[in-house]
Amino acid sequence: MLWYIGKRLIQGLITVWFIATATFFAMHNVPGDPLLNERATTPTIRANLEAKYGLDQPVTTQYFIYLKNIVRGDFGISFAQENREVNDIIREHFPVSAILGVLAVIIAAVGGILWGSLTALYRNRLPDYLIMFLVILGISVPSFVIAAISQLGIVTLNNLAGTTVLPVAGWGTIYHMLVPALVLGLSTMAYLTRLMRSSMLEIVNSDFVRTAKSKGVPPARIFARHQLRNAVLPVITVLGPSIAAITTGGFVVEIVFAIPGLGRFFVEAVQQLDYTVIMGTTVFYGTFLVFMVILVDVIYGFIDPRVRMS
Amino acid sequence: MTGIAAAEFARQASTEHAQTLSRPSLSYWQDARIRLQSNRRALVSLFIVISLLILTLLGPVLWSVNPAAQDLDQISVPPGRDRSALVVAEYTPWVIPAGTVAELQLADTATTQSVRLQWAGLPGAYGHRVYRNLYPVGPERAYGIPLGEFFDNSTLNFEDRLDLRPGTYYYSVVALAENGRPGTVAETLRVDVRRTTTVNEALAQGLVGSAADIALGDSLQVALHPLGTDYLGRDMLARLMEGARVSLFIGIIAPFIYVLMGVVYGAVSGFAGGKVDQVMMRFADFVVALPFLLFMILFKIAFGIGPGESGIFPMLIAMIVLLWPATARLVRGQILQIREQGYVEASKLLGAKSSYLIFRHMLPNTLGVVLVTLTFEIPRAIFTEAFLSFIGMGVAPPTPSWGSMSNEGIKTMLNTPHELIFPALLISITVLAFNLLGDGLRDALDARMRNTE
Repeated sequence: MLWYIGKRLIQGLITVWFIATATFFAMHNVPGDPLLNERATTPTIRANLEAKYGLDQPVTTQYFIYLKNIVRGDFGISFAQENREVNDIIREHFPVSAILGVLAVIIAAVGGILWGSLTALYRNRLPDYLIMFLVILGISVPSFVIAAISQLGIVTLNNLAGTTVLPVAGWGTIYHMLVPALVLGLSTMAYLTRLMRSSMLEIVNSDFVRTAKSKGVPPARIFARHQLRNAVLPVITVLGPSIAAITTGGFVVEIVFAIPGLGRFFVEAVQQLDYTVIMGTTVFYGTFLVFMVILVDVIYGFIDPRVRMS
Repeated sequence: MTGIAAAEFARQASTEHAQTLSRPSLSYWQDARIRLQSNRRALVSLFIVISLLILTLLGPVLWSVNPAAQDLDQISVPPGRDRSALVVAEYTPWVIPAGTVAELQLADTATTQSVRLQWAGLPGAYGHRVYRNLYPVGPERAYGIPLGEFFDNSTLNFEDRLDLRPGTYYYSVVALAENGRPGTVAETLRVDVRRTTTVNEALAQGLVGSAADIALGDSLQVALHPLGTDYLGRDMLARLMEGARVSLFIGIIAPFIYVLMGVVYGAVSGFAGGKVDQVMMRFADFVVALPFLLFMILFKIAFGIGPGESGIFPMLIAMIVLLWPATARLVRGQILQIREQGYVEASKLLGAKSSYLIFRHMLPNTLGVVLVTLTFEIPRAIFTEAFLSFIGMGVAPPTPSWGSMSNEGIKTMLNTPHELIFPALLISITVLAFNLLGDGLRDALDARMRNTE
């Protein structure tokens, strides 16, 4: 197991290194010049600035300086926001995204497992059809549309109630989080429901379930101990990619609901071509996602020994 | 050879016990077709997909309105609006009539050219402020946007020419207190604004053949926009069809190319086996580990979009570079299985070359799985395009795509919902159709992945 974890960690580090490198050269390839703005600079000032930021060095030297800074965890200073370090931006806004993401993952996983087993239990009956219809909707409607519609729903709800039952946008209390987290988790939940349903239906026909039935084990116990525990395994494998989907999906939800998360800042930075913020958040997000996938895989290895053997 | 004479062989008389086929034999694809035809959902989806393709290819021929042309008289017009316009003379400055009126009233017909208001001085007013609202003024006294302000009681009239659209407006005149703040005394008037056009405008837009065809006071029909217009007065139908070309181009061509790449890569890797296979799959694993959307965004930034470019190709290339490994893994797994099959062994023993083995035996047998993957990759690509366009990283304006149209529509969702609904609906229907078609194809083509229903 330790060897397995070690191998995955080394793989992850190589991936992160590649992400950092790709980010660096991608940003180098961007047309335009970070020191070029509307204020005219004399050649001397320009040369001084270039020297200050190391821009007069050859690209390879710049690349190694950049790598050294990343290893030290220093992502530099924002180009667009005055007096802000990229680290500060991440430190301030990532927790917001993380809370939202964790809530969404929980909603998606719990909802997916619950609805999935429900459809399998009521197979080809009304609840099954109803939930599967909603699942198809959840998979087919883009998240920004769902976000917009749910905002409209909140407005209508508040109007009917006459007070603010749920805030339409913003951040602060648990009430601000509920709807965005639900919207964020929805498509993943739909996907997990489908997965859970098919894996549940497969288990129903397996030998050990038949044996348990013939032994006279009560249905509830068969469901909880034999079916659910086995059917949940494939759901756990896709949880890693799901976290990635939810993290990037957060960009949209944070914009629509005006949530001050890192995703929104990333999108803004991209639009303003804020070099250091783009590089910093990309490397940060990349590292985060790579290691989340590894974490899920390792947990899966603990649960299902067959994985780490292969 | 071992001493059995040819004469010892006798021809066996045919018997009635010989094996017969009770039904004509079905090839794999015939079987799949029958299965697909009995799946109503998949058939409907297939129909939708085909009509979407027809819309994309034939639409611009049938509805040849320029998607970039702006109809400034009809901005953000929902579909099915009354299109009649009154022909009026060119605008002439208002000669304010002498005399006073009893209350807030119209001095002239309210048209999209101008709304002319007159009122009597409000009691206790040191001046007046004129507001305009789209909704009736409620108890919270939301008067709308302020249009004009007069700090004395000598001016008791106002002409509104600000961005008037056909429809209903609520004009309010609010009395100002001595310190210039609006007081509680107010008067509100409901005004129905009529669409107007002038002879020159009608000629310029090609609504009539010559000036002789219309006279002042006539009513004529302004340009038709079946699905309304967007916030710049561009025809929604034309833009949706143009956007369909962009969205479906990316959504179908990109998966086609990267699935093909995956097939080749996976086939080579699976067929070669051993060290080559290991190295190739390690590389594929590595590409899979890259966070896809982040890299899409990086790609977009790195390639940059010059003026006049739509940014479709950078997006296409980014998708192709990043998304091939899933298919490659799948095909490799299939090839590894097929390699061990008896018929491949037999073919090999008969002296078949590698290329023959790959193209005759292995690839055709993976085709079903590949086709299913392709159908599921298409909605994913459409979603990716929509997502990127939504966060402003997709195709550059003015090129429309369903994603960028939704992005524009969402800003005015409450007042003009049609600008969001149509593109969003098209994305949803397309993705839904491809998903259901993929389900149907999977059930028809892949015995192992068949739903346990």
